[in-house]
Amino acid sequence: MSVIDQTTTTTPRHGALGTSPTRPDGVEKVQGTYAFSSDISADGCLFGVTLRSPHPYARILSIDLSAAWKIDGVQAIVTADDVPGQLTYGLISQDQPVFASDVVRYVGEPVAALAADDPEVARRGMEAIVVEYEVLTPLLDADEAISGMRDPIHPDGNVIRHQRIVHGDAAATGDVVIEGTYEIGMQDQAFLGLEAALALPDSGGKGIELHVATQWLHEDRHQIAACLGFDEENVRLVLGGVGGAFGAREDISLQVHCCLLALRVSRPVRMAYSRGESFLGHVHRHPASIWMRHHATADGEIVKIESKMVFDGGAYASTSSAVLINAITLAQGPYRCPNAVVDGWAVRTNHLPCGAMRGFGAVQACFAYESQMDKLAAACGIDPFDIRLRNAMTTGDTLITGQPVLNVAPVEECLRATSALPLPDEPVGGLLLPDGSQDAMKLPGGAGRTADAADVVRGIGWGVSIKNLMYSEAFDDYATARCRLVDSPDGVHVHLKFATSEVGQGFVTLAPQIARTVLGIDAVVIDPIDTQVGSAGSTSASRQTWMSGGAVNKACGVVRDLVFEQVAAANGWDATGLFIDGTDIVDPTSGSRLDAAAACSGLNIDETVEYRHPPTTEIDENGQGNPHTAFAFVAHRAVVDVDPDLGLVKVVQIATAQDVGRALNPLSVVGQIEGGIAQGLGLAVMEEIIQVDGVIRNGNFTDYLLPTFLDMPPVLATLIEQPDPLAPLGAKGVGEPPCISSTPAVVAAIRDALAQAGVDAALDRVPVRPADICL
Amino acid sequence: MNEIFTLHVNGEDREVRDSWLGENLLDVLRDRLGLMGAKGACEQGECGSCSVLVDDELVCSCLVMAASATGQAITTVEGVAPVGAPSDVQQAFVDAGAVQCGFCTPGLIMAVHDLLDRSPEPGDTEIREELAGNVCRCTGYGRIIDAVQQVAVARRSAGGELGAST
Amino acid sequence: MPVMHPTTIDEATALLAHHPGAMVLAGGTDAMVEINDGHRRPNASVVAVNRIAALRSWRHDPAAKTLTVGAGVTYTELMHEPIASLAPALAEASRTVGSPQIRNAGTLGGNLGTSSPAGDGLPVLAALDAKLTLASAAGGRTMAVTDFIVGVKRTAIEPGELITEITLPVVEGWQGYAKVGVRNAMVIAVASVALVVDRTHERVAVALGSVGPTILRCPDAEELLASSIDWATLTAPADALERFAASVSAASRPITDHRSTAEYRRHAVGVLAKRLARRAGASL
Repeated sequence: MSVIDQTTTTTPRHGALGTSPTRPDGVEKVQGTYAFSSDISADGCLFGVTLRSPHPYARILSIDLSAAWKIDGVQAIVTADDVPGQLTYGLISQDQPVFASDVVRYVGEPVAALAADDPEVARRGMEAIVVEYEVLTPLLDADEAISGMRDPIHPDGNVIRHQRIVHGDAAATGDVVIEGTYEIGMQDQAFLGLEAALALPDSGGKGIELHVATQWLHEDRHQIAACLGFDEENVRLVLGGVGGAFGAREDISLQVHCCLLALRVSRPVRMAYSRGESFLGHVHRHPASIWMRHHATADGEIVKIESKMVFDGGAYASTSSAVLINAITLAQGPYRCPNAVVDGWAVRTNHLPCGAMRGFGAVQACFAYESQMDKLAAACGIDPFDIRLRNAMTTGDTLITGQPVLNVAPVEECLRATSALPLPDEPVGGLLLPDGSQDAMKLPGGAGRTADAADVVRGIGWGVSIKNLMYSEAFDDYATARCRLVDSPDGVHVHLKFATSEVGQGFVTLAPQIARTVLGIDAVVIDPIDTQVGSAGSTSASRQTWMSGGAVNKACGVVRDLVFEQVAAANGWDATGLFIDGTDIVDPTSGSRLDAAAACSGLNIDETVEYRHPPTTEIDENGQGNPHTAFAFVAHRAVVDVDPDLGLVKVVQIATAQDVGRALNPLSVVGQIEGGIAQGLGLAVMEEIIQVDGVIRNGNFTDYLLPTFLDMPPVLATLIEQPDPLAPLGAKGVGEPPCISSTPAVVAAIRDALAQAGVDAALDRVPVRPADICL
Repeated sequence: MNEIFTLHVNGEDREVRDSWLGENLLDVLRDRLGLMGAKGACEQGECGSCSVLVDDELVCSCLVMAASATGQAITTVEGVAPVGAPSDVQQAFVDAGAVQCGFCTPGLIMAVHDLLDRSPEPGDTEIREELAGNVCRCTGYGRIIDAVQQVAVARRSAGGELGAST
Repeated sequence: MPVMHPTTIDEATALLAHHPGAMVLAGGTDAMVEINDGHRRPNASVVAVNRIAALRSWRHDPAAKTLTVGAGVTYTELMHEPIASLAPALAEASRTVGSPQIRNAGTLGGNLGTSSPAGDGLPVLAALDAKLTLASAAGGRTMAVTDFIVGVKRTAIEPGELITEITLPVVEGWQGYAKVGVRNAMVIAVASVALVVDRTHERVAVALGSVGPTILRCPDAEELLASSIDWATLTAPADALERFAASVSAASRPITDHRSTAEYRRHAVGVLAKRLARRAGASL
C-alpha cells in the first residue's frame, strides 16, 4: 500500500515527509564533534602508510625492506606476499591486486604498506623501502588499446568492454546531418573528507572490525573478507563519518591494507591519506572521446543517431563496464530517437584507474549529445530551446535499447519551467558601486581585474538530460532496513537500522521522516550504521531514496500493520480499515483516535525487510533489452559572461527545473541540486586531472581547481513534482541529474557569447580552457 | 624535538609534547591536543577546512607552524560556543540546510564568525569574496550564503521577534 | 627553544648570525606548504619574525614621496586605507592573493623571500622600482627588488640576512595590476601585469609576472607608451595601445606547464597591458 494514498489533505506536520526537518547530525557537524573516519582512533593505535609506484608501467624486480625495518618504531610491513586470501579485488571483475607483485600498471599503484608508531616514523620507514623497477613503455592511447597493436598490459586484456547498439533501421538517414567529436577530460570527485580508516583486529586474529568512510559497507566487506581469507561474518564494518563521496568511495582503497597491517601485529591501525595521495588512491571519472552524428528531418526531428564512444578506464576495470553501458544506452539523450548505431569501448591503459563519479557515464554522453543538439538547431535554423522541445521524450517513448520509459518523463515541463525562471536582472559587470566604479567581482577574472564590462559578452545556453536511477543490466539491486519499536522513559521510540551510507546527502534525515509519516511516531532513532543488518547497496546511482527509502518505508509499513492488528484486536476494530493521520491511529468506522506512540507502548515489534525494484535485463549483442530501472530528467539554462580576448568566464546564473517525482525533503533536494550543479560547472570550466606520460601533474588543490564561492552563481531551481507511480514514495533520485546537463549548458552559453562577439569557437572539449576560447 | 611548548587555545593553556619542529598547528590541535574540530583536506591552505583564529585573525592552521604560535590566542570551533549550545552562526547553518557532509563546516563556522564580526551586514558579493577561501564540495554554496544572511538579519534585530527561521 | 621569537630586528639578526642555517618564518604561507609536503624540514632552528613590531609597521614620507612598508605587513593590511591609496596597485595585487586566510598571514617580505615568478606583489614592486632593505648582524644594505630576484625562487639574500622593509615611490599618476587565473578566486597567476604611469616624470613602467624566470620589465614597451601618451589626459591612441600590447607580449618569455601554455601567456600579458593602459586614461 503506498504511503501516498494515506497522506491527508492537510499540510504534513513538521518532521514528516514533504517537510524539511533539520538533519539529526547537524549540531555535531557545526560544532566539530561529528566523528569522521579521520577523527577516530584507538589506544595503542599504529599509523599506516602506503608505498606507491612512481611509474605508470614497470616490472618490479625487487623489494628491499631491510632499511625500513631498521627504523625504530616501524612495526609492520606488508606486500603482495602477505595477502592470505584472494590476491585481487574489484567491483565487477576482480582484476586489481591488493599490492602489485610482478608489475605496476599506474602511477600510484600500491606496492607495500607499513605501520609505525606515528605518522612521521611511518613516512620515514616508507621512504626507506627500496623497490627496483624495470621501466616499461606505458600504453597511454585508448585507440591503441582497441587496435590490438599493443600487448595486453593485463591478463584480462586491453579492452574492458565493447558493446554495440543497433536499433531500428541502421541505414536510415535524414535530410540534415551533423557530426562532431567531443572530448571529456578526467574529473575528480575531490570529496573533502580524505580517505581514512581504523582497523581493530580481534584477539585471536580470526576476525576484524573496520571503521571506514565508504559508499557500500557490504560490498567492501565482501571484497575485504575474500582478500583476508576470512568468512564475511568475521569482518565487521562500521561506517565512519563520510566527508563526501561522489563515487570515489565505491571502490575500496585503504581497507584491505589497513586490515592486513592490523592483523599482522594484532594492534589497531589507522590510515589516513593526504590530498596528494587521495588523488592517486581512488578512481576518477572516465575521460572519453565521443564521435556523434545526428540525422534529422529538415524540421529538426531526430531520425537517427550514430556514435562511437571510447572511455579510457585506466589500469584496472573498476566499474568501467557499467559506466560505458550508461553512456551508450543514454546516447540519444532525453529525446525520441527511432534509429541508432552506437559503438562503445571501455579500454585499459596505464593511466589512473577510472570508475564511478556522480553521473556515471551519462555526463560524458550528455556533453556530446547536447553539443550536437545546438549544432542541429543551427543547421535547421531553429532556436536551441525549440529543438529540444520538438524532440522531447515523454512517458512511453523508448530508449535506443528498445526499453520503454515507463516513469513520468516531464522533459517538456522541465524545459518550460526552466524557461519561465527569470534571467539575471543585473547587466554584465553588475550594478556600479556607490563610487561609480565597476565591481571587479562581478566580472570574469574577479579580483584579478582582467576585464572591464565593455570587454565582456553575455551568453545563454541550454542543456537537458536523462539519467537512469538504480543499477542496471539485471543486477540484483536491493536494500535492507530494520524497524523496531522500543519502549523508552519518554515514550515509544522507533529505531531504524540500515547499512545505508550517509555521505552528506541526508538519508539520515529522510529515514526518520518516513517513519514519522508511516507510523505516526515522532521520536525516531537511527541506530549505528554497520554490517549488523543486511546490505543497503551503495550510495550511488541516485538510488538510496528509492531503495533504502523503499526499505525503510516497507519495514515501517510491516510494523504499522502489526501494530494495527494488535490495536484492532484490543478494540474490536477492523485492522484493514485503520490508518495513520498525523500522530494518531484512526478507526474510520468508530471515529476513534488513539495516540500512535501511546498505542505502541509495550508492543516490542521488530521487523527487518528487503526492498527490491522490478528486475531489469541484460542487453543482447545489439544492445537491445530493458537494462535500466527508472529514469529522471532535468533541464538547465546557464547564463555566462565571457571575455573573448582572454578566454575567462563568469557563470552568472544557472536556472533549472528538475523532475524529482516528489520532494520528500525540499531543502535536501535543493542542496543536491545546487551541489550537483557546482560539480557540473567545475567540469565545464576548470576541473581536470592532467596526466603527462601517465604521470599526474596537478594532484593538489592548488592546481586541481574546484569552484569557490566566487565561481558558483546563484541557482534558481524549480522542482517538477509529478509523483512517480513506480517509486515507493513517489520520489525519484535527485543526486545525479544536476551535474549532468549543467556542464553542456555552461559551454553552450560560452559559445553563444562568442557567437555574439563574432567568434566561432567549437568548444568541443570540457573543461573549456581560456586558450580554447581566445586563441 | 624534545621541547615542550605551551599554546593558548580557547582560553586555556595547553601543553604540547613530542611535537616535531615544523609540525603545523592543525596537526598539533588534532593529534596532540585532542581538538578534532578543525579538519585537514589539502595541506596547502587551499580549502579553508582547517581555519582557526589566531589573535583574532582568520588563518589556515595547516599553514601555521605550531611552535611559532606560542603566546597567541588561538580559537578553534570548539571555542566558539559551549558543546550542546551552538552559536547563532552554527544554528543558522543547521537550519538553513547549509550542512551536508559537514567536513568543510567547522572551517566555515570560523570564517563566518570572523566575517560577521568585521562586517555585520555583508551583501552577497562580499560574502562570496570573504568566504572564497573555504571550499565546499557538497552544497554549491547557496544554503551557506542563506545561513550567513539569516544571522546578519537576526543580529540586526537582536532582541526582536526576528530570528533564524526554519 | 628551536622556534625563537625575537621582538626586534637586532635580536633577529643576532639570532640568525648565531644559528647559521636557521629558517626565517614570517606568515608561513609558502614555507609551511613545503614542510607539509615533506619537501623541506627545518634543520635545527626557526626564527619566527611575526612578533617584531617594526616589521609590521609602515611609514609615509610626504617630502620624499615614498612609502616604506615593513616586510611583515600582511596583504590584508596592504588592502586597507590609508596605505591602499598610497600604493593602489599594491592594494589591488594584495586583493588577488589567495583567500582572506592567506592574506591575513602572507607578507610582502615572504613574497620576496620566495620570489616565485608568480608572486603577486612582485610585478608591482618591480614596476615601482621599489627597493628592499636587508639587515644582518654585520650591517644592512639596500637594493632594487629587481636585482634581488635573480631566478625562479632564487634571490640575492646572503646567510644571516633578513628582509626588513620595502620602499617604493608614491607616484602621481596612475597605477594598476591585473592577473589571469582560471577561476575567479584563489589562483596562482598564469600571467600578470603591473602598469605605473608616472605623470611627474612622464615615464611608464610595465612589469610582468609568470612569464619568465623572474619579474620582467619591458623597456621597449615602456618607451613606446610613454612617447605616445597625452600626459594631460593619460590617454593614447588606439593603434599605439595595440603596438604597446604587442611589444609587451614580445618582451615576455613564458613557458608551457600544467597551468597554461606559453602561447596563451604571451597573448594574455598583451591583452592585460592594453587594458591597464586604457584604464589609466579612463580614470580621469
